[in-house]
Amino acid sequence: MTGLLRTSIEEQFSDVWLEGELSNIRTPGSGHVYCTLKDKTSQIRAVLFRSSALKLRFALQEGMQVIARGRLTVYELRGEYQIVIDTVEPKGVGALQLAFEQLKERLAAEGVFDQQRKKPLPAFPKTVGVVTSPTGAAIRDILAVLKRRWPTLHILIAPVQVQGESAGRQIAEALEALNDWGSVDVIIVGRGGGSLEDLWSFNEEVVVRAIAASHVPVVSAVGHEVDVTLADFAADFRAPTPSAAAEAVVPVLAEIVERLRELTLRTGQMMFRHCAFERQRLDAGIRGVTDVRFRLQDAAQRTDDMVDRLRSLLQHALTSGRERVHEAQRDLSGLNPILAIKQGLATVPQFSKRLEGQMKTILAQYCHRVHAILAQLNTLSPLAVLGRGYSILQTVPAGQVLHRASDVEVGQELEAQLASGILYCRVTQIVDDSPV
Amino acid sequence: MATVKFEQAMARLEAIVGELEKSDLPLDESLRIFEEGIRLSKNCLKILEEAEHKVEVLVQDKNGKKRIHAFSSGDESDEPSS
Repeated sequence: MTGLLRTSIEEQFSDVWLEGELSNIRTPGSGHVYCTLKDKTSQIRAVLFRSSALKLRFALQEGMQVIARGRLTVYELRGEYQIVIDTVEPKGVGALQLAFEQLKERLAAEGVFDQQRKKPLPAFPKTVGVVTSPTGAAIRDILAVLKRRWPTLHILIAPVQVQGESAGRQIAEALEALNDWGSVDVIIVGRGGGSLEDLWSFNEEVVVRAIAASHVPVVSAVGHEVDVTLADFAADFRAPTPSAAAEAVVPVLAEIVERLRELTLRTGQMMFRHCAFERQRLDAGIRGVTDVRFRLQDAAQRTDDMVDRLRSLLQHALTSGRERVHEAQRDLSGLNPILAIKQGLATVPQFSKRLEGQMKTILAQYCHRVHAILAQLNTLSPLAVLGRGYSILQTVPAGQVLHRASDVEVGQELEAQLASGILYCRVTQIVDDSPV
Repeated sequence: MATVKFEQAMARLEAIVGELEKSDLPLDESLRIFEEGIRLSKNCLKILEEAEHKVEVLVQDKNGKKRIHAFSSGDESDEPSS
């Protein structure tokens, strides 16, 4: 009966789509996955055989909403019917997206993407390994850029498929092979742009782990700038494009040669400058020593000179001192008061004689002049007139000398001065006549 | 490895120029590093000049042996079959 049912069910439900929530997920050693698919009202047992399970890119998780496609069958041993799932998709997000997130989370938890795991890229690689398709656009871009920047570079290509079933494994093996080769300094792994599906190999765990395990620094260059793969997270350096990866791994040879030339030039210049500087110092030192010798000689000469000058000065001072003493002596002897006294004594008698004579003369002159004046006085004196019989009339008591008769009145008393004695008279008559 | 030598040589050369530019070294010491610098720069140039552009392909044959051969851009035939 079960057999009949099974045949009937398998015929009727050979291709069904079911939507529901995963629960009771079990994955025993066989690799098959057993679970229950349920919705609010019903449930059904489900099985994913190993071959289908391996194709899953994401992990089935409890409570995950999925859409499953498969066929119904009956498990005769238990008499249960179940769905044998061929493909299962997470509901809502894409399967790839989910797988990406799940793997990223798991590897991150393991520390595969840790920053401290990352190795620095060599500054001057001699050999660059390239893991990519030998026919794609990526290899052309990479080779062109590498050759342009560093024309003498040794490039070792590990050709791989970059999409498809076996791409992940090939990429991982190529990485290993380049590591084993021994003389590779840095590896570029990548491919040109494509869909999320096309780039999927670079999200595969085997690739991510191979990149993380590489002893040689790895630069990832997958697709375009916007494409981010797990390979990028694991790589030591993520380049946005294959061309950018090539630029990242080698400097421009011409610039390095120029830099080398400049450094060499500067080394020479510095050495030259240093030598010139030391030479200057040496010259200055020699000059210093010479100077000291000259200064010593000079000083000796000047000392001699000064001694000479001192000696002559001293001589001069002595001579002039002596002379001055002589002079002073001469002067002194000239000024001897005895001489003056002697001289004075000699002149005194002469003077007194002259004085005497002079005095006599002066006295005689005076006597003569006095006599003359006296004679003159005599002639002028009114008394002399009186002597000749004239008198002088004067009013009394006014003493006014009378000149005219009219000046007096009758009866007035007058005084008449004679040459000898005085007469007092009274006016008796006045005769006023005009002079004839 | 030549690359390490070159990198170290360049770094040392830069350091030497820096030392010389500080110019507080005694003359004999600066002469010594000057000679070293000149030797390094010659070596660096030699490394650069001696290198030769090679593009090769690394392949593994069926029994896992690795070998390399020259790469030519029409190398589709070398793509390993999956």
